[in-house]
Amino acid sequence: MPIQIDCDIHPAVPNCAALFPYMSEHWREMSVLRGIEDLQSINYPDSVPLTVRSDWRPKSGRPATSAETIAHECLEPFGSSLAICNCLFGVQTLFSEDLAYTYVTAVNDWMRTEFLDRDPRLRASIVISLENIEMAVDEINRCAADRRFVQILVLAGTARPLGRRNFWPIYEAAVKHGLPLGIHAGSELRNPPTALGWPSYYLEDYVADAQAFQYQLTSLFTEGVFNKFPTLKVVMLESGWTWLPALLWRITKYWGGLRMEIPWADRSPAEVVRDQVRFSLQPVDGPADADQMKRLLEHIGSDQLLLFSTDYPHAQFEGSEVFPAGFDESLKGIIRADAPLATYPRLAEGTP
Amino acid sequence: MSVAKYVIAATADFPAGTRRLVEVDGRAIVVFNVRGEYFALLNRCPHNGGSLAEGVVTGLVQSAAPGAYQYTRQGEIIRCPWHGWEFDIKTGKSFCSAIRARARPFPVHVEDGGALVEGPYRAETIPVHIEDAYVVLEA
Repeated sequence: MPIQIDCDIHPAVPNCAALFPYMSEHWREMSVLRGIEDLQSINYPDSVPLTVRSDWRPKSGRPATSAETIAHECLEPFGSSLAICNCLFGVQTLFSEDLAYTYVTAVNDWMRTEFLDRDPRLRASIVISLENIEMAVDEINRCAADRRFVQILVLAGTARPLGRRNFWPIYEAAVKHGLPLGIHAGSELRNPPTALGWPSYYLEDYVADAQAFQYQLTSLFTEGVFNKFPTLKVVMLESGWTWLPALLWRITKYWGGLRMEIPWADRSPAEVVRDQVRFSLQPVDGPADADQMKRLLEHIGSDQLLLFSTDYPHAQFEGSEVFPAGFDESLKGIIRADAPLATYPRLAEGTP
Repeated sequence: MSVAKYVIAATADFPAGTRRLVEVDGRAIVVFNVRGEYFALLNRCPHNGGSLAEGVVTGLVQSAAPGAYQYTRQGEIIRCPWHGWEFDIKTGKSFCSAIRARARPFPVHVEDGGALVEGPYRAETIPVHIEDAYVVLEA
């Protein structure tokens, strides 16, 4: 069977108590006393149809809470050889640095024990909190020793743009360990999800994720992250990508006249993206017509940018065909295997 | 089109740090005095045709790393007033890889009045005196 790597799936933490085995007694008791029972954020409310595809929604509780369920519902039906687990339990919303660190380390240890140790096809991203950068780097260093952690994970909705230099120690650690920086849809809830403030509906929140991604990419480009860290890979997860050509045209157009603001930018935004930025396949916000999709893929300008993903258990498509019309077989092969393997150097290593 | 010599001004009337917009043979050309050296560009930004003569003259900002700024060549860069594209006054070249176009340069030099009066040259409005020096544009 040909190699296929699912670059974005979401094991769910059932509740805080499920993490208690991975915390000290002090923090277990603090969680109980403070009534911290769940950190499911409004990024993915349990009851929203998008959060769980109907055929994957369990009778009670959350989907994808065990390695067995993931194997049965995702790996085997889609024929994936490997899958990267991106846990979206809302630990990034915590403000207390110590509490955030406690929950981040618990999530990563839970991931290792409950998923990575139970299915050799699973890999995972290192979840970090950006409340304290030194602690984030400590957590990266701690987890990176396990080669099944293949990426660092942050949310698109950060308190400040990710290009800012205070975040750079994280990128330094990423490069040191050969870990791409994964930026996933969702927010730390430090800012409203739109540039216009707080919207009324979940539809608006989810659509606005694309704005956050566009701004993060613009920030990483302008602040010089790609110049400072030319080997860093950034992966936009569940970001959508059909907006990319328009964003690149827009940045390039105004960069021509504002070059002197960012004189370190020595490559065009399109070159930088081709060299250092990747996008998960799903969701595809594209035209239904195959010929129009082909034209869109031409505008994307490289066959290396997309990484296969189902976004399991989120509901992005029906049935078992992950690719929409318009992708030819050779491109599908690159998206399924070549591009993920080139993006995540640790994937090519055997199971430890 | 044959190249002709046009007398733009007496050097005494065209001091350093200033520029002049002239029209020769139906073409608008902007001539700059950069610290005593003269340079000329077609007064038409290769982007959308903005008048470079109305742009800001500035220096060149370069960088070896994010946060590091090296500012050199003050007075040698013209920014188009329309979209801010920068061009090297001396060569017409741009500094941004998003910009592949180049502003068109023309040769300019200084010539003594004594040599000029032997001609041929065109200076319909500028009287040429043997004892003075003149800015001569070839276009």
